Amino acid sequence: MQAAERRVDKSKTKHEPWRDPHAEAYVRFENITKRFGDFVAVNNVSLKIFKKEIFCLLGGSGCGKSTLLRMMAGFEAPSSGAIYLDGQDMADIPPYERPVNMMFQSYALFPHMTVEKNIAFGLEQEKGLSRSEIATRVTDILDIVKLGQFAARRPHQLSGGQRQRVALARALVKRPKLLLLDEPLGALDKKLREATQFELINIQESLGVTFIVVTHDQEEAMTLASRIGVMNRGEIVQIGTPTEIYEFPMTKFVADFIGSVNMFEGQLIEDLPDRARIQSDELGGTIFVDHGISSAPSATVWAAVRPEKINILRSPPADTKENCVKGVVKEIAYMGDVSIYLVKIDTGKTVRVTLPNVERLSDDERIAWDETVWLSWHASSPVIVTQ
Amino acid sequence: MKLATARMSRAAPGRLGPVWTFLFRYGPPRWTEYVLRNWSGQRLVIAVPYLWLLVFFLVPFLIVLKISFAEFSPLGRPPYEPVFQWLEEGALQIKLLIGSYVYLFNEPLYVSSWIYSVKVALISTLLCLCLGYPMAYAIARATPTYRNVFLMLVILPFWTSFLLRVYAWIGLLKTDGVINNFLLWLGIIDEPMSMLYTSFAVYIGIVYSYLPFMILPLYSNLEKHDNTLLEAASDLGAGPIKSFMRITLPLSFPGIVAGSLLVFIPAVGEYVIPSLLGRTDQLMVAKLLSDEFFLNRDWPKASAVAIAMLMLLVVPIMIFQHFQNKELQANRR
Ligand SMILES: Nc1ncnc2c1ncn2[C@@H]1O[C@H](COP(=O)(O)OP(=O)(O)OP(=O)(O)O)[C@@H](O)[C@H]1O
Ligand SMILES: [Mg+2]
Repeated sequence: MQAAERRVDKSKTKHEPWRDPHAEAYVRFENITKRFGDFVAVNNVSLKIFKKEIFCLLGGSGCGKSTLLRMMAGFEAPSSGAIYLDGQDMADIPPYERPVNMMFQSYALFPHMTVEKNIAFGLEQEKGLSRSEIATRVTDILDIVKLGQFAARRPHQLSGGQRQRVALARALVKRPKLLLLDEPLGALDKKLREATQFELINIQESLGVTFIVVTHDQEEAMTLASRIGVMNRGEIVQIGTPTEIYEFPMTKFVADFIGSVNMFEGQLIEDLPDRARIQSDELGGTIFVDHGISSAPSATVWAAVRPEKINILRSPPADTKENCVKGVVKEIAYMGDVSIYLVKIDTGKTVRVTLPNVERLSDDERIAWDETVWLSWHASSPVIVTQ
Repeated sequence: MKLATARMSRAAPGRLGPVWTFLFRYGPPRWTEYVLRNWSGQRLVIAVPYLWLLVFFLVPFLIVLKISFAEFSPLGRPPYEPVFQWLEEGALQIKLLIGSYVYLFNEPLYVSSWIYSVKVALISTLLCLCLGYPMAYAIARATPTYRNVFLMLVILPFWTSFLLRVYAWIGLLKTDGVINNFLLWLGIIDEPMSMLYTSFAVYIGIVYSYLPFMILPLYSNLEKHDNTLLEAASDLGAGPIKSFMRITLPLSFPGIVAGSLLVFIPAVGEYVIPSLLGRTDQLMVAKLLSDEFFLNRDWPKASAVAIAMLMLLVVPIMIFQHFQNKELQANRR
């Protein structure tokens, strides 16, 4: 829901430098590879990130997100490739001289210092800052993260959420050009997480910092990101805006990883510039899409249909030949705002459908268990991926 | 049980009634019941070491304390006059002779050996710290295989007798010993240095013997340090030296205190090393104490030295306790 609002928001401002081929990238990863012994943690990653972006790295556990971030911060040296920040090669620059600050997944707060001292630590390392200046900046940032009354406490006297905000404040107070956040909101409850997500966006907008955020929570990525880079096994498999990633995934992996999806394997039987047809044994019918695929004839492809783009009908629609299948409701999960239906179609495959609960229906008006239904979708709904 | 005691207390007759009642309510059978009911297993387990300390530490301490207030007897050993005595008029006489203590603080020999002992212990502790900290740090930073090897090497000397190891130093330090011969052979020195029977030899002996007691607590502290804290410090702009000074050093403070006290406390009272390697004209306090016992046979004075030494050590021990508690609390987070 909030992800959608956020997207609407962004289309108003339309700050999309990545569409401009001449725009200067702020951060540039060039063919970065990182090996730990024989194990390749990051494999040939090339990436451009622009000023004032919130770039989210999204991927499963162990896919190399943290490693990529740690190379940016300088804790880990790439096995090959180069990292540029603002046009400058970072290879020989130690972490303490990079204009980059990182917020650690584990917060890494100094246990022997108060909240105030923790935050002031970074400022004390800068030359030419007077004590009073440091004090004002610390107070200001404490106000922003709403921790003023906890200034004198030690980290172990704080709750998880408060610690997380201290870690954030400590990274922010240095006013870095680039802020790296490694799963910054992982430990927070849903409410606090959403609140902090919006706080992050506000901070980004008011201070103009560039963010790289690592997460494996796709909803968080959708909310925060100007662009998302999806990683799998050390490689970046797709980069795009949240909408692009969600609506136009380029591979089966991306379609599957972001949100839930129904995947139908099939053969391409017709492929014209403005339409295409897929014969799918898995579906037991044909899938029709209103755009071309431009793939080899009779190639094996996959049609991905999002659960919310499927309609459930209690009687067969007028055209049952294409984009339509009959099935029996096997499972219903009421989620409040939506309901999830698992429908077993005739081929034995289970299809997932979500419907918003727009009206308050009585029990006999609702679709019931074991009811025979027809599923159908619009020709623009399926996404066809070839790998 | 309750019923039975109630009946019995009611049955108890006459003037002694209240006494019986009291005994039945609070007397010995009730104690075991009270202990079994209210003391958990944990308390009983803790009670064992407390009992041990009471019997084998506190009681001997009290005996020594008593002797230290007694009068020197020409026999040179107990019995001494009791401190508390009932006089015939029904008065309690307490007789504390502080002569031994007065003597202690007035006799220049004692005062100077006190000062010397503390000085030797302090300097040895500092030397151990300066040597031990980098070693502990290196061990904590080594890969697990090397770490175990290094720890083994630190502990290895304990497998031979302490006395033997100190004797070995005589062979190394004496005028025609290994070190002098080696340096002469190299041509660095023209004539042998006299190292044995100097304060230098005492420092060597103490530092050599007590270094493991500095390294081990420091290591166990440093090994627990979270490397991401150093990464965070470096990320915030602190170079390696700054990071060490502001993160590693303060966090290892409990380890420094523990190690220093483990070296300082036994070093003040060290007997073997100064006796075998040290100066003959300047005694350490433990040697003085043993001389008082065995040569002068003056038990009260020896006891007074022992008590004074204990007092000198109690202060560091209490500091130690304080910091240990602090670390425990920090770890409990
Ligand atoms: N120091 C190291 N030595 C050996 N292997 C490592 C090291 N650091 C990371 N790896 C491996 O590299 C891979 C990527 O690790 P990384 O921490 O980048 O994953 P991640 O994407 O951040 O995962 P998560 O979401 O679980 O945090 C993992 O398989 C991990 O086992
Ligand atoms: Mg990670």
